Amino acid sequence: MSERKLRILIAKPGLDGHDRGAKVIARALRDAGLEVIYTGLHQTPEMIVAAAIQEDVDGIGLSIMSGAHMTLAPAVVELLEKQGADDIVVFLGGIIPQDDIPVLKQKKIREVFLPGTSTEDIIAWVRSNIRPRARAA
Amino acid sequence: MSKPSTQIAPTREEGTPEHPTYDAGTIRRIREAQEKWEKEVLAASLERMPLRREKFVTDSGIPIPDVLTPADRAHEDFLRDIGFPGQYPFTRGPQATMYRARTWTMRQFAGFGTPRDTNQRFKYLLSQGMTGLSVAFDMPALMGYDADHPMSRGEVGKEGVAVSSLADFEILFDGIPLDKVTTSMTINASAIYALACYVVTAEKQGVPPEKLGGTIQADILKEYIAQKEWIVPPRPAVRILIDMIEWCTRHMPKWHPVSISGYHIREAGATAVQELAFTLADGFGYVEECLKRGMNVDEFAPRFSFFWDVHNDFFEEVAKFRAARRMWARTMKEKYGAKDPRSMMLRTHAQTAGVSLTAQQPYNNIVRVALQAFAAVCGGTQSLHTNSLDETYALPTEEAVTIALRTQQIIAHESGADRVVDPLAGSYYVEYLTDEMEKRAQEYLDRIEEMGGIVKAVEEGYPQKEIAESAFRFQREVETKDRIIVGVNAYRMEEEDPIELLKIDDALAEEQIARLREVKAKRDNARVQKALEAIERACEDGSNLMPPVLEAVRAYATIGEVCDVFRKVFGTYREEGRF
Repeated sequence: MSERKLRILIAKPGLDGHDRGAKVIARALRDAGLEVIYTGLHQTPEMIVAAAIQEDVDGIGLSIMSGAHMTLAPAVVELLEKQGADDIVVFLGGIIPQDDIPVLKQKKIREVFLPGTSTEDIIAWVRSNIRPRARAA
Repeated sequence: MSKPSTQIAPTREEGTPEHPTYDAGTIRRIREAQEKWEKEVLAASLERMPLRREKFVTDSGIPIPDVLTPADRAHEDFLRDIGFPGQYPFTRGPQATMYRARTWTMRQFAGFGTPRDTNQRFKYLLSQGMTGLSVAFDMPALMGYDADHPMSRGEVGKEGVAVSSLADFEILFDGIPLDKVTTSMTINASAIYALACYVVTAEKQGVPPEKLGGTIQADILKEYIAQKEWIVPPRPAVRILIDMIEWCTRHMPKWHPVSISGYHIREAGATAVQELAFTLADGFGYVEECLKRGMNVDEFAPRFSFFWDVHNDFFEEVAKFRAARRMWARTMKEKYGAKDPRSMMLRTHAQTAGVSLTAQQPYNNIVRVALQAFAAVCGGTQSLHTNSLDETYALPTEEAVTIALRTQQIIAHESGADRVVDPLAGSYYVEYLTDEMEKRAQEYLDRIEEMGGIVKAVEEGYPQKEIAESAFRFQREVETKDRIIVGVNAYRMEEEDPIELLKIDDALAEEQIARLREVKAKRDNARVQKALEAIERACEDGSNLMPPVLEAVRAYATIGEVCDVFRKVFGTYREEGRF
């Protein structure tokens, strides 16, 4: 039985318009053979979670450059929990101070990627840490 | 062994100019000598030691020949193409004396937290010798939301100063005489509101609009292209900008109502050539819209200003400034019929490249910033912001900002660049790059014109797509180590000491929201309602929006309330999630 392709939602929460990184990552993951959906800009945590459930994704990659990560990233995780979809893995990339990383991980952000991370490292991490979720038939 | 390079400068299509800088005999002799050099000297050298790469190119991909000589300048007509500073085509600079009369304005962009925090940072920077103010607004303000809007969650005061109403502007500029400083405000989609707040704040200090000097960015087209801070769709957004330009032309003769910005285009991943092309395209787009409005080109064009990014490829960056000035001058004169030289001279602000800074080994960023700042100065910028070493992590600390400002002061007082006008003119390489930048950018401009102009091109996502391609290519080059970034993909260190970072307290959002509530409780709500209705009418009947927005600001209508009127009448813009 061949394993289904991983589906990843790349999302830009908040007002931050810096989408260079999000687009590069989306494209790199797609080129690596994953199914990738990009939300576009200016998404609320509610919109992101709705999209993740509707698109039936296995993971959500959040991209935040605005300093709002401590508010927005945990909000996505909490909403997933409320919807009973907390098996969707949330990871984060962007301008994140070192001190914030342990707090974010405690709040179930599975991994935080900092500037300078190669797309290869992110692809490798996604492949080894995200599994296709059980699907209703 | 890699094969010997035979990179020759591309032949120019222009052929022989009417008044060539070098006579035909000189060029022939140099070409003959070069052929001999290639056969005897270069070939022998390559035999002993091949080149490190098969070919050398600039960051924009312009091929770099083995050597450049006057023979590569056969198409050059000095008086036509280079000329004198302060004179058409302004290749060498907008002023005759450049920094020999006055050095550039050192303008550090600042804004964070509450208006009170930023007011204190401004006063500190002015006391340290900064010569102009530059305001960074927070994301909610840039997107036209009040601090208490659900979309503002987690963003208040984070990336810039939080402002929701005139009350915040009054605190922001408290104790700063607005007739004595010039102010640059980086705000676009909601620029008309910020401009009105600045005018009314000055009015309250007893300073009339005609005395206000400064710049508002208001370059809305580059928002759709690169920075992505928009409210309404491109066409009504451009109309709001043209209203501002028209009003400023009549009432604020010392003000620059638009700063046509390549910075964000470049930061989003464009090459220097693309930055040059798309920025000029935006500028020409605004010229055309003003002309359609029935304004005379020499009425508004002298107040247009520009804003370039400066990256690490020193020579290409210098060439970009020079090519930009020449292209703007020629097009303004030849295509748009400008008569006033001020309409043809491109004046610019510049900022070092935020995206070139690395989170790894952050002190290396001081060196990058110095290199970039030196390029901007050698390129002849009128004002400059130098980034701080810690900006890949957070807004800068006071110490980091001080080093950035000192970098400019060292260049101004110790490097010698302030003593000479256009120091790299006549460098075969820099002149070659200047021509190549112009040629390649012109190809983009022609393409955009074929598409039906820049607004159309933006609606079709053309510049956006080109930029995303370049960004992806850059990332690939870094990952294959075709491009080395010190500390990132080479010369790495395993253990790094963390640096001090500026933290923005989340409690400040509460403070902002409390002040907003207080403003709303104290104001005359009937007057606010009337003012908002007047804005709505002006949106619909096409009359200039500045007067009703000024009235709304005086009545303490908030940024969210005013922008909601725009949303209601014009709709909101959404971009599909293409990648």
